[in-house]
Order: sequence, then C-alpha cells, then structure tokens
Amino acid sequence: MTSNINWFKYASPATFYPLAGRLVPWFFIAAVLFAVPGIYVGFFVAPTDFQQGEAYRIIFIHVATAWMSMFLYVVMAFWAGVGLAFNTRLSSMMASAVAPTGALMTFIALWSGALWGKPMWGAWWVWDARLTSELILLFLYLGFMSLQAAIDDPRRADKAGAVIALVGVVNVPIIYFSVQWWNTLHQGASVSLTRSPSMAAAMLVGMLLMALAVWMYSIAATLLRVRCIILERERHSEWIGQLKELQK
Amino acid sequence: MNWGGVSAFLAMGGYGGFVWGSYAVAALCIALEIALLAARHRRLRRSISN
Repeated sequence: MTSNINWFKYASPATFYPLAGRLVPWFFIAAVLFAVPGIYVGFFVAPTDFQQGEAYRIIFIHVATAWMSMFLYVVMAFWAGVGLAFNTRLSSMMASAVAPTGALMTFIALWSGALWGKPMWGAWWVWDARLTSELILLFLYLGFMSLQAAIDDPRRADKAGAVIALVGVVNVPIIYFSVQWWNTLHQGASVSLTRSPSMAAAMLVGMLLMALAVWMYSIAATLLRVRCIILERERHSEWIGQLKELQK
Repeated sequence: MNWGGVSAFLAMGGYGGFVWGSYAVAALCIALEIALLAARHRRLRRSISN
C-alpha cells in the first residue's frame, strides 16, 4: 500500500509555514519535558565523580550542546546542498534557519568547556585539536551567516552559503575523531569517564535526556526562525496576503 | 545524590562558579534567542498586515 501523504506538498513555503507554526509549541514543550528530568538526574541522582568532584556536572550541558553543534552543522549542510542541487527555496531557507542556533550551541559548548577546563586542566583554553576544531566550527557558522547577510539577492546568498556549508562539513568528523587522532587534554568518549555501572547509568541517562532536550529546542528554534525567513522573503507573494494569522 | 542543604548545593563542592556559570550562560543564551525570534516574528506580522 502506498502512502497517501504527498511529502512534496510541504516543500512549498505556503504549506510549510502554517505547519511549522503548529509544530513549534510542541517542540518547545518536548524540550522542557526532557530538560526538567535531565537537570534533576544530573544534579540529584548522578553521584559525585571521584576524580573531578562536582565540577563534572558541567558535562550535562557541555556534551549535549557539543553534540548538537556538530549535528546541526550536518543538517545545515544537508539543506544547503539540497537547495543547491534541486533549487528548492525552502531547503535553502532551512539551512539559513539552522545556522544561528548551531552557532549558539557551539558557543555554549565552548563556554561550558572553558569553565570546565579551568578547574580541571588549570587553563580556560588550550590550542589542542578538539578545542581548535570546535572553534573553527563556530567560525564556519559565523562565516556562513555573514556571507549570506552580505549578499542582497537571497538566491545568490543561498548558493554562496551552500558552498561554505558543504566545504566546512569536512570539519565535523575532524572534531569527532580529534581526541583519537591527536594527543589532547580533552577526555575521550564520555562513557569511559564512568567508574561503576550504577554511576554510568545515572550519568548516561542525564546526558541523553539533556541531549534530547537540546535537540527538541533546536528544532523549535529552527522552525520559528524559518517562519520569520519565509515571511521576510515571500512577503509580497499572494499566499501571504491570504494568511489567516495576518488578517486583522 | 543528597546535598544536605541549599548552600552545599550552590557551592558544588567548591566549583559553584564554574558549574553555575556554565548553566546560567546557557539558559541566558537560550532565553535571548527565543525572545529575539518572537520579537522578529511579531514585527514581521505587524508590518505585513499593515
């Protein structure tokens, strides 16, 4: 049996705009529903780390945002690539909508990393492979955004941005494998931090809940931003004049 | 994890500034992003319906 849903229908900004509007609150609610137990497990269930004391509790925001910073870059590059290949304008708008949230996640990961590095390594920052490649990720997001902002014609901005996004995607596996490929102060995969099974469980659950919360939040923020971008770019088209939410 | 009091919880074993500094800045950034996006959308809707 074939599906009756025509997915291509949603490739049109006119149909996607109201759909995104209906989805946004649900993703915000989902983010809160994951964050509350995530914080609870992270601060009240997970025990003290025997090496790092309480400082390790930064992990719950640090790892979640660091994962998301890499994942969002791949999502951004994917939509930018689809927009470039098929000339679908909504795909390019999605890429532009992901970028600021991706940059924000990268910033939070770097910030929380600095505040974790200071008490554990004695330095806010070191120029090692993991930290440097994550900083490059931030510059890639900012480069994508400023390039698009500098070009007046949106379709040309989409194409130029897509080139940066696609070239920069090579940095994502470099970040991910940097702790294996080079000597680094940065610890390896988080699960190896654990000393006993019970601790592994509580820490892992806290980390996964926070990762899901950040994921849901990123979807909500991206959908909200793509709605703004759609209005900005399509404001003179007929369907926008007929939108119910804009009627007085 | 039993903290045995609010001050012990806030102190985070001497790492309070680092732990809360991470979470506070993250929360602030997220709140700011939501506020900016909501304002941008509201402004757009108003300017289009006029």
